[in-house]
Amino acid sequence: MSVTGEVFQFVPPRVPPVATEGVLPWLRRNLFSDLWNTLGTLVILGLLVTCVPPLVEWAVLNAVARADNAACRALGHAGACWGVVAEKYRLILFGRYPYEEQWRPLVATALMISLLAASCYRPFWKRWLIALWLVVLVVFFTLMFGGVFGLTFVETARWGGFPLTIMLSTIGLVTAFPLSIAVALGRRSRMPGIRTLCVLYVELIRGVPLISVLFMASFMFPLFMPAGMTIDVLLRVQVGITLFSAAYLAEVVRGGLQALPRGQVEAAQSLGLTYWQTTRKIVLPQSLRIVVPAIMNTFIGTFKDTSLVTIVSLYDLTGALQLALGDSDWRKFFLEGQLFVAAIYFVCCFAMSRYSRWIEQHLNTGTRRD
Amino acid sequence: MQASAPIIEFSRVSKWYGQFHVLRDIDLDVARGERIVICGPSGSGKSTLIRCINGLEEYQDGVLKVDGVEVTDDLKAIEAIRRQVGMVFQQFNLFPHLTVLENLTLAPMWVGRIPKREADERAMQQLVRVKIAEQAAKYPLQLSGGQQQRVAIARALCLTPKIMLFDEPTSALDPEMIKEVLDVMIELAGQGITMLCVTHEMGFARSVADRVIFMDQGQIVEQNTPAEFFSHPKSDRTKDFLSKILAH
Repeated sequence: MSVTGEVFQFVPPRVPPVATEGVLPWLRRNLFSDLWNTLGTLVILGLLVTCVPPLVEWAVLNAVARADNAACRALGHAGACWGVVAEKYRLILFGRYPYEEQWRPLVATALMISLLAASCYRPFWKRWLIALWLVVLVVFFTLMFGGVFGLTFVETARWGGFPLTIMLSTIGLVTAFPLSIAVALGRRSRMPGIRTLCVLYVELIRGVPLISVLFMASFMFPLFMPAGMTIDVLLRVQVGITLFSAAYLAEVVRGGLQALPRGQVEAAQSLGLTYWQTTRKIVLPQSLRIVVPAIMNTFIGTFKDTSLVTIVSLYDLTGALQLALGDSDWRKFFLEGQLFVAAIYFVCCFAMSRYSRWIEQHLNTGTRRD
Repeated sequence: MQASAPIIEFSRVSKWYGQFHVLRDIDLDVARGERIVICGPSGSGKSTLIRCINGLEEYQDGVLKVDGVEVTDDLKAIEAIRRQVGMVFQQFNLFPHLTVLENLTLAPMWVGRIPKREADERAMQQLVRVKIAEQAAKYPLQLSGGQQQRVAIARALCLTPKIMLFDEPTSALDPEMIKEVLDVMIELAGQGITMLCVTHEMGFARSVADRVIFMDQGQIVEQNTPAEFFSHPKSDRTKDFLSKILAH
């Protein structure tokens, strides 16, 4: 001790006296740490034991995978009839698009999904990506519409299924995102006119259900058009979805703008950066990264909300399923059909959610202290 | 402009926050190359005063000129002034999403329109000057407070400003790091740049300031050379303030 005049010595680090790593300590710490935790673990185990075997039996062991209507009917409730999917998958996936031409929406959608995936990768965030998007959009609509290069013309009323879902949500979000940034910035503008306009837009759209927006786009809008002039219903619905999700996104983006410390803008201003330079280089990169989870939440919401277009007679993935189940032979097996469609939605949404977590970590360079 | 004209001129400048009169009829001329330390109790308006110089705060009455140009709400004029005026903040305000080097090159490239290679070179010179060149590739939050503040000083210097404003640059620092920042500021003070520094580091004031200004309730109560200011304060308010901060 220093009182006795000894020189101070640092204690060298040593290993912990009890094991803190490995399977058993992990189980004890996470699943059986106290009475309530142990009880919870047991209840969940019990539920798994009672539910999983019957589910596997129904969905796999007793199921009929062939498009064999008689075999399916013979099953009763003992097993799943995946035959409905085997029989109807083209109708579910592509809706009323002409059967022989369905390779066109297939190629178009595959192209768009590939580009979506590529756009997720940060090193590709260059100017040429925008050009590529324009090219792919042109190819997408050329394939879908036809009427050129010997492709037969297919009117938008016959578009449907998964391509329609992907188109409505992708184009909706890609256009809604920049619009939402503009509106969010506008709400914080010093100019009262712009500010009021942006507040009005957000509050009006947010105050109305998407169904009403779609109804208005589909049925009311034409009433106000000059006689003889029509705008394609699909375009109107697309604009409706864009405006709707932009209003929600704008509020998310505004949250990010408000979370940014005032000092960041002041530092940029004191360096002589203009408003737009500050916004582009300092404010948006930081604000948007703060709200990545909330943005992705809105994206996923919009993706699923596109299923509401069925009420204005557009047959997206869910709408096409209803078409398929219109066949009285197979109507009985709606549950299997619904599960198939749900699985497609889940894969897409889960991919978005995983990407959100990945991009969050990749954008976090600098804000972590390691 | 002749060389002897003041680089900053406050004439009867007043500012209000709502009904609160935060700056009251400020008259102050700063000569080229002059080094001024501003002190005073919190809420006395000293930060607000220097923030008016580069237009971060608006004033409602009087005239403020920087290098002959009046500070108004005209954005173009303010942006021109900001290119002449560097500022260092209490909270550093480095851009956390950019590396140290990118923090330094941002303004030269976007405001000064200097090619990247040249901006990089200049930035590295400034980083060497503040003795932190080896951290150029790191992100600000990976550095200590003292290092961050030195980067912030280097960032402000990259546009070769005529005036440097320091708003309590050492107040947010651990005691062990204050010295490394003050050393950089002392080195800078020897280079002939005009400096206005809001600080309570009285040792710094004594060794580099040409003039010490004491503010209270939005007014300049007293100003003098450091030697006179510390040994013969005139007003009771100044004496009272000095007795509190020099008591230890």
